[in-house]
Amino acid sequence: MMLNNQEKTAAFFWRTPAKKRILVLALFAVLAMAGCLISLMKGSVPVSVSEILQSMLPGSGATNEQIIYNIRLPRTIVAALTGMNLALSGAILQAVMKNPLADPHIIGISSGAGLAGISIMILYPAMEYLITPAAFIGAMGAAVCIYLLAWKGGIRPVRIILAGVAVSSFLGAGISALLIFYSDRVHGALMWMVGGLSARSWPHVEIILPYAVAGFLFAMLGSRQLNLLQLGDEIAKGLGLRVEAARLLMTAVAALLAASAVSVVGLLGFVGLIVPHAARLLIGSDYRFLLPATALLGIAVVTVSDTFARVVFAPTELPVGIIMAAVGAPFFLFLLRRQL
Amino acid sequence: MSSLRVENLSICIGGKKILSDISYEFPAGKRTAIIGPNGSGKSTLLQSLAGNGYPASGRVMLDEHDVQGFGKKALARHLAILPQGAQVPPDITVAELVDYGRFAHRRWFGNDARADREAVARALEQTKTADLSSRLVATLSGGERQRAWLAMALAQQPQILLLDEPTTYLDIAHQLEVMQIVTQLNHESALTVVMVLHDINHARQYADEVVVIKDQHIVAAGDPNCVLDPLLLERVFGVTADVFVNAAGQTILSPLALVK
Repeated sequence: MMLNNQEKTAAFFWRTPAKKRILVLALFAVLAMAGCLISLMKGSVPVSVSEILQSMLPGSGATNEQIIYNIRLPRTIVAALTGMNLALSGAILQAVMKNPLADPHIIGISSGAGLAGISIMILYPAMEYLITPAAFIGAMGAAVCIYLLAWKGGIRPVRIILAGVAVSSFLGAGISALLIFYSDRVHGALMWMVGGLSARSWPHVEIILPYAVAGFLFAMLGSRQLNLLQLGDEIAKGLGLRVEAARLLMTAVAALLAASAVSVVGLLGFVGLIVPHAARLLIGSDYRFLLPATALLGIAVVTVSDTFARVVFAPTELPVGIIMAAVGAPFFLFLLRRQL
Repeated sequence: MSSLRVENLSICIGGKKILSDISYEFPAGKRTAIIGPNGSGKSTLLQSLAGNGYPASGRVMLDEHDVQGFGKKALARHLAILPQGAQVPPDITVAELVDYGRFAHRRWFGNDARADREAVARALEQTKTADLSSRLVATLSGGERQRAWLAMALAQQPQILLLDEPTTYLDIAHQLEVMQIVTQLNHESALTVVMVLHDINHARQYADEVVVIKDQHIVAAGDPNCVLDPLLLERVFGVTADVFVNAAGQTILSPLALVK
């Protein structure tokens, strides 16, 4: 009888939320697919769904095959992977830093990647292939710097944000200095500062794809560790987690994800903040579900925003970063007022 | 049953000596209370039992092995610790929190999900939190929340349970509730309990052994009914106390005044 009761409580409480979570995940998957589809269809030349499907078959000779295959598809993939990487990076940082406002952009990790990337772009334009590794080192350096600056017998959320702001403006000054000293080479860098997806094509897909796959896998492998980190160091240690090691490893994963996105599209902000929070509201803080939900929603948000950026002032194209900032800054304020 | 003892343990924090050359064997299967004035190193001792922080000298022995030599997960399967004032993210349910207690038992391959479920269900039942399991931890009352934390620690299936002031901030009814659950766990599954307590009368009533710490040293240890008397209270806390026997036949120490 006793055991029967236990089994019943177990059955009730394990299966019901799982169902809801799978439903939410399915919803996000549909959103992500819809986002990608819209991104493929909309533009100066509208394309129909059947044309997209046809052009997926090689040598079908569909009317707009060139446009779809050479322009739309790679850009959509880059947008999707960027969205996924930045969103995952934000979600991971929120657990690692134990701070709901953590985001690679706000916290200064992106500026680290940005300074390193722009340095290569401006000073050694011939060595473009170094942008991703350099951006990674920059991102990791900034993350470690912020962590050390904020560590004073423990980690406090407010200190992380303040240290992030300080590091971010310090690195921002470096970026500005570069832009002023080399004002003749600024144009590409300026677009990169805001974060934009125009003219992104297959080479960019090749850069970001391996990092996206590896980053997602490592993040999922660390999801239980991330769950424990949310409970604070003392509890996590007591439950058997090697807190420092887990935190360092997951920070590296977050930095890698952010750096790969930044090196391809530039300093795209707020994705890492808005997306994990929106996902969290619907699916909860269990990272085993939150991470895939965040990845899917990240894909949806950036593909839709980029389509919007392309279409709304056509033929002029806005950098997607401007759209993200316009939506993201108010959302950031909303979170600040609600939570702190 | 796991044995737990400290051997010549000294601990310094920030250049200041907190504990000095302490030796003590915590009796297996018993409830031991640690009492002493604020800042006397009670929590530090409890943390060092859980392998947190490095001793300046001496060691903590769990089953005849130095705790510092245990892997974090292996240690968490032997011993659970509940620190003070833990916080949770706003959207975590009791069931999820208790499930986190299974972290140290999970394996990448061939994990026994059924054992995990049973351990969680049992922990919920033992702490009378089964009815709360779908509630958010953040919305629970203080007493309910403390029981949820206790359930998380029990899901670890430890042989030793360390509690840091488990009744702080609870009203008197919830204080008794928590102490009774701890007692029941101790009786039913021979769980070794080491708890930092503030209330002298709780120590008399709910502990089999008491360790009194003052100025880095153990100043008294043994049966709480023998150790905890007005003389000790005067020596350790600097208060005079009255003794009387209540209706249930329990001896109660009632603090009267500060010693001038």
